[in-house]
Amino acid sequence: MSLYFMALVLFCIGVYGLVVKKNLIKKIIGLVIIENAVNLFLILTGFRTGGEAPILERGMEAVPEHFVDPLPQAMILTSIVIGLGVIALLVAISVRIYEKYGTFDVTKITELKG
Amino acid sequence: MIELHIILLFMIVAAFLAIEMRGLLSSVIALGAVGMGLVLQFLLLRAPDLAIVQLVVEILILIILIRATVKLDRPSESRLRENWAYLFCVLLFGGVFLFFGYRALTGLPVFGDPAMRVSSYYIENALEGTGAANIVSAILLDFRAYDTLGEVTILFTSIVGAIAVLRKIGRKK
Repeated sequence: MSLYFMALVLFCIGVYGLVVKKNLIKKIIGLVIIENAVNLFLILTGFRTGGEAPILERGMEAVPEHFVDPLPQAMILTSIVIGLGVIALLVAISVRIYEKYGTFDVTKITELKG
Repeated sequence: MIELHIILLFMIVAAFLAIEMRGLLSSVIALGAVGMGLVLQFLLLRAPDLAIVQLVVEILILIILIRATVKLDRPSESRLRENWAYLFCVLLFGGVFLFFGYRALTGLPVFGDPAMRVSSYYIENALEGTGAANIVSAILLDFRAYDTLGEVTILFTSIVGAIAVLRKIGRKK
């Protein structure tokens, strides 16, 4: 329970960075923190106390009560890789904005428009 | 599980530093600390596949962000006027969010005892159904292969988009 709440605090810090900061790179960093917090939260919900990693070895019986939940792990594996693609696209757009306007600051970008 | 708490506290502190530091390069390095803490968490939570993937992805994100910041870093960020109203708004919204988040968390299954309705089928049928000893890869590549197809599509599209945005030839001046 306290672990869930601490993951929520991490999410909250990421939202703060995404909303309040004016630098585009700081906003991207906030987004990465949000991603990490959500991934960690979903893995925490699938943890079983005393459970093993979901890899079968020779002579091991496939009893669901002996393993941690493998379904969130598979889905989070997908989500991590998608996060990498999103970050690459965002950084590419930010670098392009920097080439055009000479700054990462959002307020100055709007001033220079037109 | 005291070590999970300690690493999560470290991640929260590093995340706060990553948001609040002045230099962009310092922020990116603090973000790397968050990611490496996440790798340790995955190892402790019995998810070795995720730890490997997160390690690789974190290093790639660091490389991309450092490439973007190292040449272009200019400490010209216009500072917010930090007065009491600003602080009050941040604390108010954060407090409301955390309060309702806490209320929602009480409805979840307790930590350490997940409700595995679908996954128990996957665990019981992974070996004879797919022949894979690693149940995570059995789910990823057999039971839910269409999800992986969608993931690869998204990855391809985002990389094509990044190349199209950053191209040098054929761009209007």
